[in-house]
Amino acid sequence: MDNQHDAGPPDGSRLLAAPALDQLLGALHAAGYRIIGPVLRDDAITLGELDSAGDLPFGWGVTLEPGGYVLRKRDDQAAFGHSAGPQSWKQFLHPPRQRMWSASRRGSGFEVDAEDAEPAARLAFFGVRPCDLRAIQIQDQVLGGGAHPGSRYATRRSSVFIVAVNCTEPGETCFCTSMGTGPQAGPGYDLLLTELAGDGRHDFVVQAGSAAGEAMLAGVPLRPADAASLRRASDGVADAAARMGRSMPQAGIRELLASSLDAARWEDVAARCISCGNCTMACPTCFCANIDDVTDLSGDHAERWQSWASCFDLDFSQLHGGPVRSSASSRYRQWLTHKLGTWHDQFGSSGCVGCGRCIVWCPVGIDLTEEVAALRAEAAATAGQAGARAEGAAQ
Amino acid sequence: MTIAEFPVPYRIARRRYETHDTVTLTLEPAGQAIAEHRAGQFTMLSAFGVGEVPISISGRPGRTALAHTIRSAGAVTRALCSAAQGTLVGVRGPYGTDWGIPASASASASAGAPASASASASASAPASASVPASASAPAGTGEDLLLVAGGIGLAPLRPALLAALDQRRGYRRVIMLIGARSPAELVFAAEFSDWRDRGAEVEIIVDHGGERWPGHVGVVTQLIGRARLDPARTTALVCGPEVMMRITARALLGAGMTADRIRISLERNMQCGTAECGHCQLGPLLVCRDGPVVSYQRAEPLLAAREL
Amino acid sequence: MTGVAPAELAGHAFLRGLTAQQAARLAEVATAIAVPAGHRFFHEGGQATRFWLIRTGQVALDLQVPGRPRLIVETLGPGDELGLSWLSESMQWQLGAAAQVPTTAFELDGPAVRGLCERDCELGWELARRMLTVASGRLQAARIRLVDLYSSPVQGPGSPR
Repeated sequence: MDNQHDAGPPDGSRLLAAPALDQLLGALHAAGYRIIGPVLRDDAITLGELDSAGDLPFGWGVTLEPGGYVLRKRDDQAAFGHSAGPQSWKQFLHPPRQRMWSASRRGSGFEVDAEDAEPAARLAFFGVRPCDLRAIQIQDQVLGGGAHPGSRYATRRSSVFIVAVNCTEPGETCFCTSMGTGPQAGPGYDLLLTELAGDGRHDFVVQAGSAAGEAMLAGVPLRPADAASLRRASDGVADAAARMGRSMPQAGIRELLASSLDAARWEDVAARCISCGNCTMACPTCFCANIDDVTDLSGDHAERWQSWASCFDLDFSQLHGGPVRSSASSRYRQWLTHKLGTWHDQFGSSGCVGCGRCIVWCPVGIDLTEEVAALRAEAAATAGQAGARAEGAAQ
Repeated sequence: MTIAEFPVPYRIARRRYETHDTVTLTLEPAGQAIAEHRAGQFTMLSAFGVGEVPISISGRPGRTALAHTIRSAGAVTRALCSAAQGTLVGVRGPYGTDWGIPASASASASAGAPASASASASASAPASASVPASASAPAGTGEDLLLVAGGIGLAPLRPALLAALDQRRGYRRVIMLIGARSPAELVFAAEFSDWRDRGAEVEIIVDHGGERWPGHVGVVTQLIGRARLDPARTTALVCGPEVMMRITARALLGAGMTADRIRISLERNMQCGTAECGHCQLGPLLVCRDGPVVSYQRAEPLLAAREL
Repeated sequence: MTGVAPAELAGHAFLRGLTAQQAARLAEVATAIAVPAGHRFFHEGGQATRFWLIRTGQVALDLQVPGRPRLIVETLGPGDELGLSWLSESMQWQLGAAAQVPTTAFELDGPAVRGLCERDCELGWELARRMLTVASGRLQAARIRLVDLYSSPVQGPGSPR
């Protein structure tokens, strides 16, 4: 009989057989969590509520390319063998539309209506990739309790239970290694799974990352992880790091973008970009929002609503009757230089986690890793020309 | 401090027309007051059910009453400008960086000290480096303070001017240069002689003088040469339309000032005031948090970039 | 009207940087004047044979419009140079100018200075450079006023009113 309290190897890794995944989900449900995880819907692997492990997309993978996402049947039954779905976890922590407050007229002014104590359902995120875990932490920095004590984001975030999943199979458009966000999950999870599927087995290496995580494992049938399984898990992750579909070296990128504001490349990409904003919707760290006040016809009731905004919208930068960023090139430049450059100045890290969603979900297939490479090349060529001119002048 | 907070209700205690389209509202707290502001900061003012806009506080720090000078330009400002005395409006703030002109002499006694002792009360960013208005230095030996206002840009500068005049002895010269479209479009015109009485050199220049204007006609940069500045000893605070701030900063550089001694007040689309909505970015700056007051040294390359 | 010491003349902001010799040459064709408020320096259309360096006071440049009081287009003050047309081909004033308050200035003989410049190219270059700086500064200021920066934020600068 398995002794679930036997922690096994020094790092506490245990094995969970795939059929027993339901027991873990059951434990979460019993603890009052609604579980969100990958589900197959509308020809894509999106995020939805899991009632049982059977809702996971076992055996489904994806083929990814710039502007392309196609489901395919895998030759194993992996539940997490896919990436870059059209949605990220941000929709649950930073919803696309949410009411900030509601108020009613009282005398000569307004008073806030009591909140219908919306019992913020406790959410468990099941299947968070390392890149997405970092993305959540990046949004924590921007919207979370440190910067904004008492914010709705902080409240939601504080009750989330995270089951992360290491990556052993990067997508064609992934570049988490370049961004230092994967394929091994960093700290911040409650539980971490590494899926071992194929070759006649299907189980998960399980590690707890918090006391809450450890407590959730009580009652879940686990056995100690053997050395071979552990090796297969770590090899899988290490191999994944070496097989990334793309790379985007980060050395000097902030300075590169700050000095590339007049690069010719922006016009080049603007000729392709249709300013649809898909990238900002799919990106797990984009956080910009519109704040709108609305009132009913009587004028006695007012509400303030927050909704997702995109810097690609023309009126995003509206000032004195017109947009500051009117051209498509200036708006693409804003997005890219913010995401990869000025995010460092504003929030102390890069805004990109290398998930590749913006590449996949761009209708015209713009690839930011390619754009950055082009900007580097242009900067190098310009520097080269300046050097040659200087030499010429010196003679 | 977050966008989800319901604005603090303030009542319009007084309203005064400055020009045909600009009104100064004096607001008194209906209940609790917001944290004490520093000169140059702004609040998010809301007309309930209409919307919310960033408006610089135009009154001196240290009073519970908040003055805001608002130009009617869109739905929200129209609603605020036409709201009757007694109406409740919503206030969130104070937000943003300040001009670095301390409200009281004691706060500035140690050079480089944070501008306000109540900085911890308002969770906004730290102040610009204080202009050392040393209360302990003999009168007439301190720094020169130059304020240059274009149009409604005088409103965010007024708190700095009043704070400086409150401790007039801490400065050598206090110079206020004001540019406006015409004499009828000057704001706070009734106060100019009081400012002069309290020791400010006030010079006004208009684009169009009209028929009875005996004063300067031209652009505010044309007053800079005549002001005979001592550039190494002057701190300049500049506020107005962005083009006006660019040309004024260039003229001040031409007069021998260095960019680090010139401060401007930036403006961008602001919807939250709390660095959560992303709208107010200017390159690396979030104008609501890292501004609106920024040194020209930092701002110049950002303003020079097209459509940034 | 009195003679002018070269050092006094060289101290004027417009001439800062001239050598002592250059200042001395100009001083020979300069006079110091003091005029009351209302004194008219020149009328629009008149012969532009002089120019002035304002020391104290305020001078308004104006245009005459039938049926209206004179239209002031710009004011000049201490340190400013008054009169650009003495250098032009037509030598005809494009605007009028009158003192708004008691004003003192150095008055220079236009044709005499032109003669000096034609003989002494270095002095000519120094004066031409300064006149050009003044003219381009006033042109820039005029353009800024044309763009109407202080207009209503909804319409924005440069839009029709």
